[in-house]
Amino acid sequence: MLRYLIRRVLYMIPTLIGVSLLTFVLFFGIFSPETIARRNLSAKNASQEQIQTWEHEHGFDKTKLELFEVHMKSLLGFQFGKSDSKSKEVIWDRIREGALPSFELASLAFFFTLGCGLALAVVVAYLRGTYIDTLTMALAVISMSIPIVVYVIGLQYFFGKMLKYGPVAGYEPGFSGLRFMILPVMVSLVSGTGYYVRLYRTFLLDETGQDYVRTARAKGVAENLVLFKHVLKNAMIPVITTTVSVIPSLILGNLVLESFFGIPGLGNYLIGAIKGQDFAVVRAMVYLGTLLYIFGLLLTDVLYAVLDPRVRLQ
Amino acid sequence: MTLAVLFSNLIANLPVIVVLVLVILIFVRSRREVLWREAYRRLGKNNLAKVAMGILGIYSTLVIMDCFSWQASRNEEPRTVVDAIFQKPFERTYSAPLAPTTSGEVMDHPLVSKHLLGTDSVGEDVVYKVIKGMRTSFIIGGFSCLVAVPIALVFGLLAGYFGKWVDDIVQFLYTVFGSVPDILLIIAIVMMLDKSIVYVCVALGLTSWTGLCRLVRGETLKHRDREYVRAAKALGVSDFRILAKHILPNLMPSVIIAVTLLFSTLALYETILSYLGVGMPPGSGSWGNMIDAARDELTRNPMVWWNLVFASGALLLLVLSLNVLADALRDAIDPRLRTQ
Amino acid sequence: MSDLAPVLEVRNLRTYLETIRGRAWPVDDVSFDLHPGKIRAIVGESGSGKSITALSIMQLLPEPAGFIDSGQILLEGKDLLDLTWNEMRQHRGHDLAMIFQEPMTSLNPVFTIGNQVAESVVAHGGTWEQGKKRALELLERVGMERPELVLRQYPHELSGGMRQRVMIAIALANRPKVLIADEPTTALDVTVQAQILSLMREIQKEMGMAILLITHDLGVVAEMADDVSVMYAGKIVEDAPVRDLFRSPQHPYTIDLLESLPARQHRGQDLAVIEGNVPAATAWPAGCRYANRCQYCIPACTEGEIPMVTVNGVTDARCIRIGQFQRGGVKA
Repeated sequence: MLRYLIRRVLYMIPTLIGVSLLTFVLFFGIFSPETIARRNLSAKNASQEQIQTWEHEHGFDKTKLELFEVHMKSLLGFQFGKSDSKSKEVIWDRIREGALPSFELASLAFFFTLGCGLALAVVVAYLRGTYIDTLTMALAVISMSIPIVVYVIGLQYFFGKMLKYGPVAGYEPGFSGLRFMILPVMVSLVSGTGYYVRLYRTFLLDETGQDYVRTARAKGVAENLVLFKHVLKNAMIPVITTTVSVIPSLILGNLVLESFFGIPGLGNYLIGAIKGQDFAVVRAMVYLGTLLYIFGLLLTDVLYAVLDPRVRLQ
Repeated sequence: MTLAVLFSNLIANLPVIVVLVLVILIFVRSRREVLWREAYRRLGKNNLAKVAMGILGIYSTLVIMDCFSWQASRNEEPRTVVDAIFQKPFERTYSAPLAPTTSGEVMDHPLVSKHLLGTDSVGEDVVYKVIKGMRTSFIIGGFSCLVAVPIALVFGLLAGYFGKWVDDIVQFLYTVFGSVPDILLIIAIVMMLDKSIVYVCVALGLTSWTGLCRLVRGETLKHRDREYVRAAKALGVSDFRILAKHILPNLMPSVIIAVTLLFSTLALYETILSYLGVGMPPGSGSWGNMIDAARDELTRNPMVWWNLVFASGALLLLVLSLNVLADALRDAIDPRLRTQ
Repeated sequence: MSDLAPVLEVRNLRTYLETIRGRAWPVDDVSFDLHPGKIRAIVGESGSGKSITALSIMQLLPEPAGFIDSGQILLEGKDLLDLTWNEMRQHRGHDLAMIFQEPMTSLNPVFTIGNQVAESVVAHGGTWEQGKKRALELLERVGMERPELVLRQYPHELSGGMRQRVMIAIALANRPKVLIADEPTTALDVTVQAQILSLMREIQKEMGMAILLITHDLGVVAEMADDVSVMYAGKIVEDAPVRDLFRSPQHPYTIDLLESLPARQHRGQDLAVIEGNVPAATAWPAGCRYANRCQYCIPACTEGEIPMVTVNGVTDARCIRIGQFQRGGVKA
C-alpha cells in the first residue's frame, strides 16, 4: 500500500512541472512583456522609457529562458512576488487573507451539496420505480438545467426583497458570520444536488444489478441491509472517483458565489485580478488551483485504496 | 460584402452548419446498423424524447435561419432572415411583454406588432434577442465541441489502444490540462488573445476535452482485449483500420451521449463567462449577457423581469431537451436493457 | 421415485418477462417434484427457461422485468407464492438455498470471505460469533486447505474453483432442505468441475439434502442425477429416472439430443445436428414447440395443447406419437 502511495506522489511531480510549463507558455509565450507593460501602464502612449522601467521592475527584461527559470523557481518555491497592478501588494499575503473565507464557503457548500445528493440518491434507489423516484429525477434534471447565475439572482431577490431576510451578501469571520453562508450554500445546494443525485443513483442502481446482490438476497439478507451494506460500500468507489473531478468546478462555483455574495475570498481576488488585467496574480492563482486539484487526486487514490481491497492488495 | 465580413461570418457560422450536418450524417449512417435500429425503436416509444427532439429541431431551424446573412446594399449591415422579420427597434427603452407600442407605427408582421416578450434597455425586441442568443449558444456549444471532440478521440484511442508510453503521455496531458481549473484557463486564454467568439470557443474546447478523453480511453481499453480485436489483428488488419473501423463505431454511443451533455454544459457555461466579463462581447446578443444585465434590471421599479425570465427560459429549454435526449439515448442504447 | 413425500413440488408454474419485443414466457406450465435426498436435473439448451425456473422458485427474478404469473411452488406442502416478501426471505438461505453459475461475480468484492459466509448465519438470527465459527467449519468441510487464512481473504484472491466452494459453503450454512444449483460448474475447467460435483454428492449424502441441478451438460446429468426433467421452449418435454432417460428416451427432442452426442458418431461421419432453431419466447407456436425441428412431426402435432403422457410407468413425455417410432437410447 505504501508503495502505491509513493508511486502516486511521484506522479505528481511531472504533473506539477507540466502545469507550470503550460502556465508559462500561456502567459509569456503568447504575450510579450512589452504588451503587458503597455496594458498595465495605461498611459495613452507609454514611452519606451516607461515601458522599460516597468519591465525591469517586474523582472520581465530578461531572455525567455531566464524568464522561464525565474518563473519555475517562483512557482515551485511559492514565491509569487508582487502583483502587477498599481497596488503592488505582495501576492502571498493576499492569498493568506483570502484563504479562510474561501475554504469556509467551499467546504460548507461541498459537504452539504454532496451529502444531500448522496442521501437523496440512496432514498431514490431504495424507492426505485415509484412515483417519488420519477418525480425526484425530473426535478433533478430541471434544476440542473437552470444556470447558476439565475439561482443567485433569483434567491437574492427572493430573500432580499420579498422576504426582507438578510444578509444577502457580505462576510464576517467566525461563528456568527455563518449566517452569511446560508444563501450561497443554498444556491450551491439547489443548483448542484440534481447532478449528484442522478450520478449517484446510477452508481447505486448499477451495483444493485450485480450478481453479488442476488447472492445476498439468496442468503436471505434483509433488503435494506442489502442496500446499506452491500450496495453502498461498492458504490462508494465510483462516488469517490467522481468527487475529485468535481473539485475544479468547485473552484468555479466558488468564484461565482464569492463574487455574487461579496465574500472576500480567493475567488473574488481572482476576479478582481482579471478585471484589472493583473497577470502575476492570475498566474499564481492558476498554479494554486492546480495544486489543489492534484492533491485532490492524491486523496482520491488514498481513499480508493482504503475502500477497495482489490486495489489495496496489489 | 467585403472578404473580412464574409470570412468572419463563415467562421462564426461554419461550426453550426458542420455540427448540424454531422448530426444528420450520423443519423443516416446509423440507420443501417441493426443495433441502432433497435435503439431508434426504443427511442420512438419514448414520448418525452420526441418532445425534446422537437424542441431541438425548432431551435436548430431558427438558428439556421439566422445564420446566412446578406447585404441589401453597400451601406447597410448584413442581415439574416431573422433580421428581416424583426425590423429595427423603434422603442426607446424597456417595455413590458404585450405592451402596446409607443410610437404610432403600424407593423405588418403580427409577430412584431406587439412585442410579445417585451423589449430591453435599448428597445430591442426580446424575442429577437432570444433568437439571436440561440445562435450564439449553438456556436459556443458546437464550435467548442468541434475543438474538443477530435482531440479527445485521437488521444483517447491512442492511449487506450497502444498503452505503455503513449498512454503515459496522454494521461499526463489530460491530468495537466484537467487540473488547471477550466475557468482559469479560459480566462487566461481569452485575456491574452481577443474577446471574440472564436477564441472563447477554442478556449472552451481546449479545457473540455479531458473528460471526454478519459471516457474514450476507458472504453478503448475495454474493447482492446475483446476477441474481435484479437481476431482482426490475427487476420493482419492494420492498427489504424482496427481503430477506425472496429473500435471507434463501438465507442460512438457513449461518445454521442457525452457530447450531448457537453454541449448543454457549455451553453450553461457561457452565462457564467459572460457574467465574469470574459464571455461574449456585449453587442453580439447572447443569453448570458441578457441574464447578466438582469442583475440591475430586477432592482428597478417597476421591475424588469422579462429579460431574465425569457433568456433563462430559452436556455432552460435547450439544456433540458439535451439532457432528456441524452438520457433517452442512454436508455435506448444500453445493452443491459436488452433481454434475451 | 422414492416413497418419501416430495420436499419441493412445482405445479404448473408460469413466469413471464417483459422485453422490448413484448412479453416472453420462458417458463410455461412447468411441473416437477423433488424428493428428499435425491438429485433432480433440469436439462435443456440455452434459452429453454431452466434458469428462470430456478430463479422463480427462489423468487429472485430479474428486476424489473420478471413476474410469476401462476402456479404453485410447494415447499414441504406450503405454497411459497402465497408468502409475503419477508416470509419468503426467511426461507431463502435457510431451508431453500441456491448457488449460481458465475462464482467470479457472485461474491461481493469488498467483503472478506469470512464475512460473507458468516452473513448467512447472521441473516437468520445468529450472532457474528456463531457465524464466524460456522464459517470456519464450513470452509473446512468444502475442502479448503487453509480455512483460517481464507476467512480473511477477499474473493479476487481465490481461484474459480475455490470461489465456487465458498458459494457452496454459504449455501449450506443453515443446513437447507433444498439446494438449487444453477449450472454450478459451467464456468469452471473440467478437472475442477469433477471436484465440485463430487463434493456436492458427498455433502448431499451426508446431509440428506435434495438438489435441483440445472445444467445443459448431459455428462453431468449422467453422473449426478437421480431424476431428470428435460426442458424445451419453456415446457418440460420429458421426465424420467436417469437410467431410463438414457436407455430409452421417449420424446423426439431427447432422442435427437442423445443422438447428437459426439460419442455416438462413427469415425468419418458428420456430426449429427438438430436442424432449425428454438422459436421465440415471445411467440410460442401453437401445438408442439419442437414440431418445426422434429422428424416425426405430423399435422396433428401443431394443433392444440400436447399433454404429458406416461410411458412404461416411469417416463412422462409430451408427445402424441409415443411408441410410433423406434429409436435406440444410450447405455447410461
